[in-house]
Amino acid sequence: MDAREMIALEQMRVDMPEFRAGDTVKVHVRIKEGEKERLQVFEGVVMRRRGDGMGASFTVRKVSYGVGVERIFPLHSPIIDHVDLITQGRVRQGRIYYLRALRGKAARIKEKKRV
Amino acid sequence: MLKGLIGKKVGMTRLFMEEGRVVPVTVLEVGPCTVVQVKTPAREKYSAVQLGFGAKKASRVNKPLTGHFKKGGSEPLAILKEFRVADTAGLAVGQKITADLFAVGDKVHVTGKSKGLGFTGVVKRHNFGGGRKTHGCTTHDAPGSIGASADPSRVMRGKKMPGQHGNQQRQARNLKVVDVRPDMNLVLVKGAVPGAIGGIVFLEKA
Repeated sequence: MDAREMIALEQMRVDMPEFRAGDTVKVHVRIKEGEKERLQVFEGVVMRRRGDGMGASFTVRKVSYGVGVERIFPLHSPIIDHVDLITQGRVRQGRIYYLRALRGKAARIKEKKRV
Repeated sequence: MLKGLIGKKVGMTRLFMEEGRVVPVTVLEVGPCTVVQVKTPAREKYSAVQLGFGAKKASRVNKPLTGHFKKGGSEPLAILKEFRVADTAGLAVGQKITADLFAVGDKVHVTGKSKGLGFTGVVKRHNFGGGRKTHGCTTHDAPGSIGASADPSRVMRGKKMPGQHGNQQRQARNLKVVDVRPDMNLVLVKGAVPGAIGGIVFLEKA
């Protein structure tokens, strides 16, 4: 292993739960307001995961007051306090962009059957 | 005071700062460099030190250089490079200089040999626009006209043309040192530096 990989490895987070596209997650984001630091929760459906190593990221979509909001998080970012896996969804694509065109009942994702 | 060192490009990665900011960094293996020769105004009419970096088989070194290394009290080194200094005080032959010459926050110039791209057309070499790819066009990346007709009846000097691209010495200036790890001989600078992975680079404080 070369020095570049070592530097990348020591920064990577090992505390991330395993999740994939279609899963519902709560991302707890550290937010600094002046001196104070608080946690903001962003809950939604994982649209995709991309990249590997230090550059990996994932996109979470939620519908807030009727408006779709998507936020991209670097997987290893220190601003993420922790990620809770809420439900595992059963989807057949790795990137579920079709969800953007759907509203209401149609936008539901079936829960994966536990094995 | 000595301001420069010899190093090797290890590769690029990214670092997270605590506020979540991402900084792209190049990892450089820098030093330890051995002082092979000290040049003084009394003898050479100027002040400089010659540094050596990287091991080399003794059987691969020719006789004049073998003698040079012997005088410098060091084993044979692969790369030799001279750095000008204002004052040679505190620098002795045989001395080892490590990456802790640089500190976090320093600005450095990094010189290296850029990747050789061979004989390259004008689109890649000089960022010409080129022609259309479709709609019946048959000139896709030709340079087009290279000048006027009877007047001046020659091509202007310095006209950008196809030719050898890369494999030339280039310098990335004023890169910020993001991290220094003397225990592993590593210096991390923000941004890219010239050359391929494994290429030799010269670092100099800005």
